[in-house]
Amino acid sequence: MNAVCYYAQSDSDFESKSGPWEDDMGLLTSLKASISRATSSLFAGSEPKRIGIYGPPNAGKTTLANRIARDWTGDAVGPESHVPHETRRARRKENVEIKRNGKSVTIDVVDTPGVTTKVDYNEFLEHDIEKEDAVRRSREATEGVAEAMHWLREDVDGVIYVLDAAEDPFTQVNTMLIGIIESQNLPVLIFANKIDLEEANIQRVANAFPQHETVPLSALEGDNMDEVYDKIAEYFG
Amino acid sequence: MPEITANDDGDDPASGGDPSDPTDGSAGSPGGGSGPPEDGSGGDPSIDGIQIDMISAERIEGMRTMEKIRLILDGVHDGNIVILEQGLDPEEESKLIEVTMSEINPDGFTGIEIESYPGEGGNDSGLLGRLMGRDDPNKLTVIGPANRIETLHKDEKLISTLITRT
Repeated sequence: MNAVCYYAQSDSDFESKSGPWEDDMGLLTSLKASISRATSSLFAGSEPKRIGIYGPPNAGKTTLANRIARDWTGDAVGPESHVPHETRRARRKENVEIKRNGKSVTIDVVDTPGVTTKVDYNEFLEHDIEKEDAVRRSREATEGVAEAMHWLREDVDGVIYVLDAAEDPFTQVNTMLIGIIESQNLPVLIFANKIDLEEANIQRVANAFPQHETVPLSALEGDNMDEVYDKIAEYFG
Repeated sequence: MPEITANDDGDDPASGGDPSDPTDGSAGSPGGGSGPPEDGSGGDPSIDGIQIDMISAERIEGMRTMEKIRLILDGVHDGNIVILEQGLDPEEESKLIEVTMSEINPDGFTGIEIESYPGEGGNDSGLLGRLMGRDDPNKLTVIGPANRIETLHKDEKLISTLITRT
């Protein structure tokens, strides 16, 4: 589509300014430009897709990102913690090649800060963090959430939405985030994480977002990772 | 029939009483107006109460995204509860979260609490939902300061919130 538009524009410009010989050269130039655009478009299509890992704080997003990265590259993405907002900057692990059923899918995994509508530094004090550090963490957390929203609107090609299966999924943040993802027409998989916990309720997660496929897993224990990788390859390959 | 209850004395509004008596003075603007003042200055500070700004769909219909967000956040910064007859679309919600984050500061504004009615059977905005006319995001939405509003109960027909004075 771009190539067609470019060609038409070039022709029009050319006719108003040039003679017949230049006309041929102009056509050649336009053709080369069109081929160049088509070629770069082909290459762009084969570039790794950026898959954002989204969800509320403490759903296990970094644990999942680390699990995927370790399984396929041997490296981790970032530190995991039970303290909320441990991930305060989006982190990317590039060129994660996942091999499934004789095929290979390459993705960039983007681990994002947990999305929320509120951040209070007093939350951090409850985890034996000094006030100065807590204030710094809360400031970084707010910047991280804003950054995650920006990534979602501009810079990801697909989304893995991670929920703690032991928590109520019917929250406003979850509803809003899924709505935002849908409005961007991004492919999305719902991951019901922490199925190793006794209170985990996979069906409750599936019922919350019936329009999307829900995959149960425990990123911490590595449970059901085969299905996780099958679905990643199927949705984002 | 959907209803909103607001109770500032600590009682559980879901446990009894008349949850949404429109004649109850606590659910109206102390200024007596139909919405927040044009200058965004809030109500009469000499009156000890909680201001609730009920903003009609018509009021925000022609507004740009940032105008809507400022209308909401200016009210919330003043400690008011903002109720939108017509909620925000996903793009606007995304911007609202982003702007809210940029305005949070220690010992001051800690963010917002926001609630709107979920779609039937969850967020049903897929193809089937759209075909069935269930993709309307414009649902009544309650927004307040995170440190003053707490959701007690929420389902498809009821949002019950506890609002504190401080």
